[in-house]
Amino acid sequence: MDLILLSRIQFAVTVMFHYIFPPLSIGLGLILVLMEGMYLRTGNPLYLQMVKYWLRIFGLTFVLGVASGIVMEFEFGTNWATYSRFVGDVFGSPLAAEGIFAFFIESTFLAILLFGWNKVGPKTHFFSTLMVCLGAHFSAVWIVVAGSWMQTPAGYEIVSTGLRTRAVITDFWAMVFNPSSMVRLSHTLIGAWQAGAFLVISVSAYYLLKKRHTEFAKSSMTIGLFVGIISSVLSLGTGHLSAMKVSQYQPAKLAAMEGHYNENGPGDMHIFGWVDNTNERVVGSIVLPGLLSFLVSGDPAKPLPGLKAFAPEDRPPVQAVFQSFHLMVVIGLGLIALSSLATLLWCRGKLYENRFILQLLLPSFIAPQLANQAGWLTTEIGRQPWIVYGLLRTKDAVSISVPASHVLLSLILFSVIYFGLFILFVYVLMKMIKQGPLAEDLVFRSDAQSE
Amino acid sequence: MELDLNTVWFVIVLALLAGYAILDGFDLGVGAWHLFARKDEDRRVLLNSIGPVWDGNQVWLVTGGGALFAAFPEVYATVFSGFYLAFMVVLFALIFRAVSIKFRSKETWPAWRSFWDTAFCISSIVASIIFGVALGNIIRGIPLDDRFEYLGTFFDLLNPFSVLVGITTLALFMMHGALFLVLKTDGDLQQQARNWSRYGIIFFISSYTLTVISAFLFLPHIASRYMENPPALIFPGITFVLAFCVPYIFHRGKSGAAFVASCATILSTLLFFAVSMFPNIVNSSLDPLNSLNIYNSASTKKTLGTMLTIAIIGMPLALAYTVYVYRVFRGKIKLDSISY
Repeated sequence: MDLILLSRIQFAVTVMFHYIFPPLSIGLGLILVLMEGMYLRTGNPLYLQMVKYWLRIFGLTFVLGVASGIVMEFEFGTNWATYSRFVGDVFGSPLAAEGIFAFFIESTFLAILLFGWNKVGPKTHFFSTLMVCLGAHFSAVWIVVAGSWMQTPAGYEIVSTGLRTRAVITDFWAMVFNPSSMVRLSHTLIGAWQAGAFLVISVSAYYLLKKRHTEFAKSSMTIGLFVGIISSVLSLGTGHLSAMKVSQYQPAKLAAMEGHYNENGPGDMHIFGWVDNTNERVVGSIVLPGLLSFLVSGDPAKPLPGLKAFAPEDRPPVQAVFQSFHLMVVIGLGLIALSSLATLLWCRGKLYENRFILQLLLPSFIAPQLANQAGWLTTEIGRQPWIVYGLLRTKDAVSISVPASHVLLSLILFSVIYFGLFILFVYVLMKMIKQGPLAEDLVFRSDAQSE
Repeated sequence: MELDLNTVWFVIVLALLAGYAILDGFDLGVGAWHLFARKDEDRRVLLNSIGPVWDGNQVWLVTGGGALFAAFPEVYATVFSGFYLAFMVVLFALIFRAVSIKFRSKETWPAWRSFWDTAFCISSIVASIIFGVALGNIIRGIPLDDRFEYLGTFFDLLNPFSVLVGITTLALFMMHGALFLVLKTDGDLQQQARNWSRYGIIFFISSYTLTVISAFLFLPHIASRYMENPPALIFPGITFVLAFCVPYIFHRGKSGAAFVASCATILSTLLFFAVSMFPNIVNSSLDPLNSLNIYNSASTKKTLGTMLTIAIIGMPLALAYTVYVYRVFRGKIKLDSISY
């Protein structure tokens, strides 16, 4: 029962469960703004029906995001106390800012969103939707800023006083705009838009295939596809920019992403493959020679530092990073292809009758979820063995006053409870989808008394 | 006592925690009373009384935790890791509280509703008690080494004084929650809430009195603080006055003012503890030199300054729209089709 391993696994379990939900809040938030904006502009009650329907789903994902989110904020202190002591001066500030600016906005205005239909007018309600969307996006800003500082630390210095060595801020804005924060933020937000968009697309495809709520489904599909195609394409661009930063600041991570062992040779890309770490090579792959070097520098022959250039204890786990990176890219490219095809058909007015494409779109909500998780695995496992790149190793960052048995207990409890909550989430979501949009959602004020 | 950044941040963190206790205090209090309501419709009213606001109220805890991390990272690290299992229990309680509100009325079958009613109630009670136990331990003092690491066990945290503070916190929130319900309900349910308020008041005043007496009798650092500074006795004094104001005002039929008095009692209770501890935040029972105070646990002045700017911009905004939303949802609860 290794304390470090258990703490790592617990953080992975808690953050991966959490990460199902905020991207949906961000993506659906954006889509709700678009839908309610259309309602205000056109007065068409169909848009209002869409808002009220998607709001039900939004409320569900939001509460699970909140419930699992508090865990994350506490977990830095409970399980990674040594890390917290080391970086508190630097890392604590964006976290506090996240609470002060983003969480207050989204959680407070959510009240009006969900419950304010009979208390405020349409413009005020739309303003609240906008605020919740903004709050959700703003929370991503601060947490990604903090996480990016862990990857590419800047605006700090290391200070030793007595028994304590820690990082302190020297320049707040340099910390915020550290080398990778903006590219990672854009890539993260766009991944979140995809998560929301493809959920809308999937549900719309479901109704179209079942030939139920067709007007509603067509309208939802249009908006979902609009956000879906744009975000899928932008994802590729921001992904490329992120990888450029990785090549500059975290060469060992880039080398692991593509299984590039060769100490100082041109970097290839593999369409897929299996990493043979003992023999320091990739097997069973289709190689695209020089492509990695080309993407990084424009020159396919440009030598890139390989994993052999790093001491074994300074390398991340290669297989995990390689596979998750490839999974993310394959899904990302697949989503570009799928949404392009769907958009093309939509432009020709042929989408809604094309059962084949609709059947492809039906399960597509899963794709951004998998890609988002795979992307985080790539970047976080790729950051190992560092918890703060180049400054503090993960194994030196755990809470030393916590017995391993306690972490085992909490890990088991989280796993069981989160599994149960996930089942419930899916159950309630399926029920909402089967119920479909309601006739009473076509009016602004809900006057009906209920049981 | 100079007004430096460290002191300012001690006050801000205290304010955030007080804000949390005043706001989520009534959410948790309502939850604690939940199973005492028998009818399905009454339970729905209870859920809807806090429905729009509980999430925003909980943000005060998240922000307080974040502020503690940013301003006094050594305290954050020591307390959160030292009280590991207790904090895990709190997290699970808060998770269950959140999802039970959302899930409870999604089905009509009695077993489903019963399950989530129980989860809502128990999680609210557990969270309240553990918050109090944590506070009690911080006041009482815990064994810390020279690296500020907690040396005790989970069961060390369940000492009599801290358990008493835990019970007092539950009592306070139940009183507070019941007074809130008197404002939000009418008819028979309101009459029930009035009864709950009476029980809550008695529960709180008796357990609080026990707590203060215990503090003076068994915690030498508290007793000596007030022995050396008799004027400081005004703080516990005010708390008692306010605590007795609550029933006095309540029995004169002014429910709104009683609720305000309850808010003031919460603030005053926390102030009393803060004044008893300042400038220490967490006392080490092993060696006073190992205690965490506002200087040895803090971030740099530069960071405290930057954070202060963030707080000065952000908190008034947050307060403004919080007040706005509370005003939108003022008045008695009427169940309609969008209610839980």
